[in-house]
Amino acid sequence: MSRIPNERVAKVWERLALEARDAGYSVNPDDAFASELVRGLLENETRYGYRACPCRLASGVRERDVDLVCPCDYRDADLDEYGACYCALYVSPEISRGEKTATSIPDRRPVGGPTAHPREMEQVHVAGLAFPVWRCRVCGYLCARPQPPLVCPVCKAGKERFERFM
Amino acid sequence: MLEAKHVEGMHNKHKVLLYTLTTCGWCRKTKALLQELSVGYDYIDVDDQEGGNKELAKQEVLKWNPACSFPTIVLDGKDCVVGFQEDKIRELAAE
Repeated sequence: MSRIPNERVAKVWERLALEARDAGYSVNPDDAFASELVRGLLENETRYGYRACPCRLASGVRERDVDLVCPCDYRDADLDEYGACYCALYVSPEISRGEKTATSIPDRRPVGGPTAHPREMEQVHVAGLAFPVWRCRVCGYLCARPQPPLVCPVCKAGKERFERFM
Repeated sequence: MLEAKHVEGMHNKHKVLLYTLTTCGWCRKTKALLQELSVGYDYIDVDDQEGGNKELAKQEVLKWNPACSFPTIVLDGKDCVVGFQEDKIRELAAE
C-alpha cells in the first residue's frame, strides 16, 4: 500500500498542474489517473530521493537517472510526436480538452539511460561571448549567465538539467 | 527467488504473466482491465522487489523486452506484449 497520504498527493498535483499551465503545458484531464501518477512520483521521491518517472524503472542512482526526473528530458519530444509524455501526466491541449485520448507509447529513453550511451551535445563555438549560454535539456530554455539558474524559470527543472550550449 | 502474485479470473485459456511497476499508470490500467474482463493473471511488481531480486526481475524483463519498459506482458511463455494495448488484452477474454 502507498505510504503517501491522499492530502499530500492532492496538494502536489494541484501545484504541479498550476505550474504546468503557467509554463504553457497541459496535464492529463483524467484526475484519478493523474493523481496516481503524482502518488508514484512522491513514492519514488521517498524511495530514491528524487521524483523519477513513475512509468520507468529508476536505478536508484541520481546521476544515472537525471534524465528521467519529472519532467523528463523526453517529455517535449513525446508531446510533439504522440500528444502525451511517456507516463501521460503531461498531454497536448487536445487531449487535455478531452478531444483525443492519451495512449501508451514507446519509450524514447536509450536503454540503460543516457550515461550508458554518452551523448555530447554539439556545442556552438562563438568567440567573444560575455557569458556562456546554458540550455535546459527539458524545455530548451536558453540563458546567458556565468552559471545555469538553480531552477529553470520555464519548466522548473533543476540546475543539473542544464548543458552548455554556446 | 522471484515470486509472482496471482489474481484469479474466469478466463484462463492463456497463461498471462505481467511485469509491472507499482507506480505506473499504464501498468495499473492493464491490471484493472484484466480484472474487469475476469482474466486470471500473475504479476511481478519489479520496483517492489527487494535486494537482488530487483536485478533478477529486470533481467527477466530484458529477455522478453529489450527496452525493459512496463508493462511487459508474457503470454503462454512465448509471446510478449509491451505497453497498455487494450485490444490485445480484450482478446484474452474472447474465446
